[in-house]
Amino acid sequence: MNILRPETLIPLFVILPLGAAFLNSFLGERIKGFSDIIANIITAVLLVLSIFAAYLVNISGVLVYKVGMWVPPIGIALVLDGLSAFMLFTVNLIAFFITAYSANYMEKYTQKGKFYTLLLLMLAGMEGVIITGDIFNLFVFLEIASVASYALVAYGTEAEELEASFKYLVMSSLGSTFVLLGIALVYGYASTLNMADVALTLVQKGPSKIIPFVSVLFLMGFGLKAALVPFHAWLPDAHPSAPAPISAMLSGVLIKTLGVYALVRIFYNVIGINATVLSIFMFLGTLSMVAGVFLAIGQWDMKRLLAYHSISQIGYVVLGLGLGTPLGILGGLFHLFNHSVFKSLLFLNAGAVEYSIGSRDLKEMGGLREKMPVTAGTSLVASMSIAGIPPFNGFWSKLLIILAALQAGQLTYAFFAVLASILTLASFMKVQKYAFFGSLKKVHEDVKEVPVFMRGAMVMLAFICIVGGVLIIPGISKVFLDAAKDVVAGGTNYANNVFGSIK
Amino acid sequence: MSKDKEGMTLIVKTVARLTAGLILLYGIYIVMHGHVSPGGGFAGGVIVALSFILLMLAFGKDVALKKVSTSMASTFESLGAIMFLTIALTGFVGGYFFLNFFNNKGEPFKVFSAGIIPLCNIAISLKVGAGLFAIFVVLVIFKFSSNKGDR
Amino acid sequence: MGVYILCLVLFSVGLYCILRKRNVVKIIVGLIITEYAVNLFFVLLGYRMEGRAPIYSPNQETVNMVDPIPQALVLTSIVIGLAVTALVVAIAIRIYEKYGTFDITQIKKLRG
Repeated sequence: MNILRPETLIPLFVILPLGAAFLNSFLGERIKGFSDIIANIITAVLLVLSIFAAYLVNISGVLVYKVGMWVPPIGIALVLDGLSAFMLFTVNLIAFFITAYSANYMEKYTQKGKFYTLLLLMLAGMEGVIITGDIFNLFVFLEIASVASYALVAYGTEAEELEASFKYLVMSSLGSTFVLLGIALVYGYASTLNMADVALTLVQKGPSKIIPFVSVLFLMGFGLKAALVPFHAWLPDAHPSAPAPISAMLSGVLIKTLGVYALVRIFYNVIGINATVLSIFMFLGTLSMVAGVFLAIGQWDMKRLLAYHSISQIGYVVLGLGLGTPLGILGGLFHLFNHSVFKSLLFLNAGAVEYSIGSRDLKEMGGLREKMPVTAGTSLVASMSIAGIPPFNGFWSKLLIILAALQAGQLTYAFFAVLASILTLASFMKVQKYAFFGSLKKVHEDVKEVPVFMRGAMVMLAFICIVGGVLIIPGISKVFLDAAKDVVAGGTNYANNVFGSIK
Repeated sequence: MSKDKEGMTLIVKTVARLTAGLILLYGIYIVMHGHVSPGGGFAGGVIVALSFILLMLAFGKDVALKKVSTSMASTFESLGAIMFLTIALTGFVGGYFFLNFFNNKGEPFKVFSAGIIPLCNIAISLKVGAGLFAIFVVLVIFKFSSNKGDR
Repeated sequence: MGVYILCLVLFSVGLYCILRKRNVVKIIVGLIITEYAVNLFFVLLGYRMEGRAPIYSPNQETVNMVDPIPQALVLTSIVIGLAVTALVVAIAIRIYEKYGTFDITQIKKLRG
């Protein structure tokens, strides 16, 4: 009776991975192959549910779920609007391909059951961050996802991985502490924890001296999770040291969900933006873009190069979001989706190369195109996407961001965006030349192509790279991207939408 | 050294033998009355774990591991988590997540009141207690095996 | 007002430990102090003048209690701090096994 309302879909996004993680920790080591099967089934179900959720948002508008039947703002609310549906689709799509990939890749590590438990916990945490409507609930899910990722980075327990995990842990914990301090101050000022209610209270109470301090704290905390440039020092150590599917998950979705999505939600919908915040976003975004690319060119470790490029591309997203115009926001969000797809594909390729050869150093590779055709082909597609070559999807999103920057009159930032794009192209040409083209070394005479699940995941992601450009065609973009853009551009209208949809 | 392996001195062993059961009982009391007085799942779970850790500190790890082995701790932990999720899901079927689905809510200030909160407290105490004990055991076991020098 | 300033002083002490100490264990202690300082700040935020503990009792009237919401939130935050501490101590033990030292200036295999 009561269960068939459309809102009951929303908590399933957290229940399913959490339940699967607990079942896995109980039965995963006792029954062979159980952990693989249940992880893949759950991520497939989540992908289908997220497509259904996007469809629901299109028909019904904003959906609000009251946990335990306590009416917000007394209770916790779970909110599904355009931006949440967009992020849910991105996260579940990448998670589905990554769990398919790790069925083969994680054979080289021990205790696969615990790996899947941690991966499902991280996924549950990320989905919780996306769908929650309450600030402290956001912090709890943020910590669940972060602690799971600390353990996953140290998974192989080699010396470098432990060092990278320790650095990542200390810096990221400090970021979470800043976020908690900000939440404490917001609670002290607004006496409520529900995001929509805080937005309304801040509008009613007028400007105050504490809001800039809280904004700086949130910028530091979430900026550290998103690896913007003054706070990026953990990323080049943590992302290469993790196993390849985890690198793809960290670089592809975790820094976007815990960092960029939380920043957008807090700054656009709750605190409300003004010109100062926008200019800080644009400045930090451009700084990340340029610094990331310059540091990446000199790298010879393949995954470390990709990690520095993650910093640079997140700079693009933040620059697009910082422009404030609808075209800029559309470009930023589209680039977020595209970056998830092609960066995960690049990390999966690096993992496939490491699986076959056993090394990540570009100077030791060469001519792998003959022996590993699928990996080389998908890597070429992903490199052209990230460099922004038409008609792959990276080109369209970068074009939107540069056009929006020109339209808003920010000519220097547009110039830096073009410069970073050219340098990205140069550095990926270097990767392609050293890794896949050229002549095959003697020791690599008998490398084989990677097993079937890894190949399948890479080919599907490359296919999405090729056809990703269709998401801007006005008919299709209305379903997916425009809903997200309207939520962000609507600013504190979020509060009215949420309160209007509580039944 | 053999003295380290056997635990602490005679005084500590006698007192631990007398008080470990009382500490466990006190922890269970805090869990069961979590909705009437301060305490609840987290604090009660930590005290329950402490009673077993006291046994390990006083008598050495073999005695404590005979009482609660690592696989039993791991099972209890997963059971606690699954129990918590089941309680939440039964509310979900009735209409909302975490719904208080007991009809007879009882009178306030008695033990049988406040809906599903006592059951949630028991589940949380299982998970926290078993988890904390498992963390301690793993760190202690690791230290001993690296002392043996065969790493 | 003075109490809040003292909490922020404690936070700065923890931050100094993380930034300037060379031993891994001291950095962990600094991390713990920082988290507890923020928890303390959050609980003190709920104080109301002349308030008493927010516990229902059959023979006392329910007026003039301090705010119970920060207490519930800090309980969750303490448990999260416990989980992070357990993980970082386990990682530190394994770092000692692999590198042979707790000195953070010697643990520098990843560079560039």
